[in-house]
Amino acid sequence: MSQVAPLFKREFYGYFRSPVAYVVLVVFLIASVGVAFFLGAFFDAGLASLERYFFYFPFLYLFLIPATGMRLWSEERRAGTVELLFTLPVTTLEAVLGKFLAGWAFLAVAVLLSFPMAITIGYLGRPDWGVVFSSYLGAILMAGGYLSVCSLTSALTKNQVISFVISFLLCLVILLLGWSVFSHALNDAFPTWLSDVVANFSFKTHFDPFLKGIIDLKDVVFFLSLMGFTLFLNVVALER
Amino acid sequence: MIEVKGLVKTYGPKRAVDGVSFTVRKGDILGFLGPNGAGKSTTMKMITGFLRPDGGTARVDGIDVAADPVAVKKKLGYLPENAPVYPEMTVQEFLEFIADVRGYRGTAAAERIDRAVTMTHLEKVRRQTLETLSKGYKQRVGFAQALLHDPAGLVLDEPTDGLDPNQKNEVRALITRMAPEKAIILSTHILEEVEAICNRVIIISQGKVVADETPAQLQARKPGARLDEIFRTLTQSDL
Repeated sequence: MSQVAPLFKREFYGYFRSPVAYVVLVVFLIASVGVAFFLGAFFDAGLASLERYFFYFPFLYLFLIPATGMRLWSEERRAGTVELLFTLPVTTLEAVLGKFLAGWAFLAVAVLLSFPMAITIGYLGRPDWGVVFSSYLGAILMAGGYLSVCSLTSALTKNQVISFVISFLLCLVILLLGWSVFSHALNDAFPTWLSDVVANFSFKTHFDPFLKGIIDLKDVVFFLSLMGFTLFLNVVALER
Repeated sequence: MIEVKGLVKTYGPKRAVDGVSFTVRKGDILGFLGPNGAGKSTTMKMITGFLRPDGGTARVDGIDVAADPVAVKKKLGYLPENAPVYPEMTVQEFLEFIADVRGYRGTAAAERIDRAVTMTHLEKVRRQTLETLSKGYKQRVGFAQALLHDPAGLVLDEPTDGLDPNQKNEVRALITRMAPEKAIILSTHILEEVEAICNRVIIISQGKVVADETPAQLQARKPGARLDEIFRTLTQSDL
């Protein structure tokens, strides 16, 4: 595992060496704040809480994270650098982890850069800082979940556009499994336990408790096992 | 040093490499010749552990690539075809990354990088990003990357492809200078290059070795004929 660090470093700084990083950061921050204000009535609600800010994250991630993750492997394969990478003394697992963790760290930076929102509610009111903390934790964990899916799809194609579209669709499906409209529809046709099981595989089902200040082990385990599973498939896809 | 036995690689119905065997000792410069698509690059990719062989073995210093790819990768330097590099990095950053992955830290890394940069004459472009470099310079960066850890074996896939005559000469001189200490395999389709620097030639056609000898022996197959004529006769089945 000693080789994860050099790969992490190269990939992480790589985001900032290209304009992609800055575009993604700016667009994400503008979009997340914009959506919270205009759709979420963040200001009019008069609440010292970030719940309305984070509420839209599962939807914003659908665009932000495939845009960040699409290049992870597609770009290496297109440019041929994958040949360089895998003739250096690194294992596939080390390479997958190094790149994934770098992408995740970049997304964590994007999420944490929303700190002026937290400062604002702290200035205007008396927020529950425990809830703010758990919301950030949930947002970062969920980003890892989305990114691991994107990393996998990115390993399957050398075309970044295809990678983006498939990532988007896969994440959309995983998200919609827990959307109330979808589960109601499922409830009409199938027994409740089945729609509960299906909803259990959704990002949203496991993200919402964090926004209420609940850090439940089963939600943390969900995101971590999703990452573990997709990254394992990622290794398999690259070694095939 | 590098020992290849019965390597096979199949892509769908096509056998790209079909039972290739040869040995490269320290001090050898082995010229790997063949028409495009004959299986040169595929063979090299299997030796360096990028592709998994469907049959046969490749050993470096007695270590089987399939059994311990990382150990083999530590011992080899590889210049892939077209010398792929990360375009957004500078030469210095790129070599720092390679040194880091190869396990060199601090002053040891700096020394290695300085040495590789001097050997490949990259001093002038050290702070430039790789996407701004010409093909010749990129190729040299690929070389610097392959030489950085002073490997016992070098695998070079078309090292002079796309270079101008002066750069070609320089690359050849570099290879000849290093030869006594290393086992070198280089693929090319320039026959004069083989005459100029290689002490052994392997011609491969449709995935099979059709000649494995010294350049002089190859010439002796048809005294007085030009090498490309002999090459054409040997690789006729590819036409």
